[in-house]
Amino acid sequence: MGNGSKLKVEICLGTTCFILGASELQDLAQYLEPELLDRVDIIGRTCLGFCKDRKFDGAPFVRLDESIVIERATVARVTEKIKAMLKEKDAE
Amino acid sequence: MPSMNNAAERVRRELLIRVIRGELDGTLDQEIDRIPIVMRPSDQPASRCCIYKDRAVLKYRLMGILGFGVEDETDEAKPLREYLAEARLRREPPKEVLSVAPVACYGCIESHYVITNACRACFARPCTFSCPKQAITVGPKQAEIDHSKCIDCGKCTTVCPYKAIIRVPIPCEEACPTGAIRKDESGREWINFDTCISCGKCLKACPFSAVLERSQIIEVIRAMKEGRRVVAMVAPAIIGQFPATLEQLAEGLRKAGFSDMLEVASGAELTARNEAKEFFERMERGDHLMTSSCCPAYVEAVRKLIPEMRKFVSATPSPMGYSGRLAKERDPECVTVFIGPCVAKRKEACSDPNVDYVMTFEELGALFAAREINLGTLEGLKLEREADPYARGFGAGCGVTAAILHEMSAGEGQTPPKIDGKLINPLDRKNMRLLKLHALGKLPGNFLEVMACEGGCVGGPCALVDAEKGGAAVRKLAREE
Ligand code: FES
Repeated sequence: MGNGSKLKVEICLGTTCFILGASELQDLAQYLEPELLDRVDIIGRTCLGFCKDRKFDGAPFVRLDESIVIERATVARVTEKIKAMLKEKDAE
Repeated sequence: MPSMNNAAERVRRELLIRVIRGELDGTLDQEIDRIPIVMRPSDQPASRCCIYKDRAVLKYRLMGILGFGVEDETDEAKPLREYLAEARLRREPPKEVLSVAPVACYGCIESHYVITNACRACFARPCTFSCPKQAITVGPKQAEIDHSKCIDCGKCTTVCPYKAIIRVPIPCEEACPTGAIRKDESGREWINFDTCISCGKCLKACPFSAVLERSQIIEVIRAMKEGRRVVAMVAPAIIGQFPATLEQLAEGLRKAGFSDMLEVASGAELTARNEAKEFFERMERGDHLMTSSCCPAYVEAVRKLIPEMRKFVSATPSPMGYSGRLAKERDPECVTVFIGPCVAKRKEACSDPNVDYVMTFEELGALFAAREINLGTLEGLKLEREADPYARGFGAGCGVTAAILHEMSAGEGQTPPKIDGKLINPLDRKNMRLLKLHALGKLPGNFLEVMACEGGCVGGPCALVDAEKGGAAVRKLAREE
């Protein structure tokens, strides 16, 4: 139930994530179905800090609800995870 | 169209980050031969037939980053660190830009028509009737094409009620506007440099990432390490390529090791002004046509393949040319680096004494990542000088014409000649033919803006964001919208 608490989707737009694929993730909202879109808060961030200590292998990073970190994020993978998490929420 | 979601691009960028980081740290000698192994460890699935092939391909890609092509390989066993040592000593940038890595080239089958299993071996069989060469016969299950008879006319594809016949292209050959990339007997692709215009379309088109460009990044880092004043001349298309403002880019570039940022749009102002003047003079003297000259792939195309057009190409230097001049006038000792989305600029720079090196946006992005510079968090530096908004529009299609029109309307007192401008974009085979006709005076229009890449420079092979988004950002800054 989309009551009040929306799923927080933080997309890293730090330079490293950006050049390794986040430039496409910027448009995530365009690809989400309207029902999903209503239930998420998409926020662009400048560097979530995961690329520190030269660990860029996982970039681009997306963080869901402050807890789940998606590595090598793509629109498809993020959408899938969002769906799964919303389902879990609904079940609660 | 999301192009970033593409394994080939990612690998290219990851390799760049690793090389740049190693070279900045001074540890690249020890690391470089290990990079293919680190990136393709034996406990992970291969993306080609096996990890050994993956690694071999990575080695060629690394050679490209060091500035070497397949053509420079004399001994397959030569380690990358030896190439690196040579690259560090190199004083002249490589003459040719593109190369095809043999192991990576999949050897796509000759472009051809294929009858897919959607064929029902129907009763009407329009394909057999439409074929002018009787190359199609229908078997019990489906139709078949006799390739020794097929002339690739494609008539069968249009008449099949099931749309069962498709054409399978060779992506690089399809993308090449001049037919410079071709197979040898063994099936692998080679570039014929007599007709190659370095546009880089094959680089973008190859799904096996087999085409590589010779980079100059080692030389740029060397200049920085030697403590030289290295000026970053950024193409107008840069806006929108990074999540940052021009001011933030200026600061980021400073942090990345450049001494200053010079907007190539400043050079574009001079190009627009002088090209407008030149147009006026040419029309006065009775020419029927003038074309822009800022796209180096187009200029190469004319030089090599459209001799009829030579006398109509504007002689005004390109924005990069003027920018190089401006930088060297200010400080003859400085090292100038053009940074853009373009492969062909490398070629133009070879014959311009004022432009020392060329980098791509992709390489710049990798440099930022290697130095862990986060543009979005920077305050930004105040620009020394704001370039003219019209000149900033050069990076997107019609930008050149708009700037010239602006210049002409600002002209002192004279009545400017009527300009009938046409945009020729992108440079493909059809447009190559059109250009010929324009040169012969068979088509209307007296000013042609020719841009090899779709949507203008923003659609260049080494851009970071797609052409539409990049173009919108450029136009916004140019206040065209
Ligand atoms: S740039 Fe994305 S985590 Fe740092």
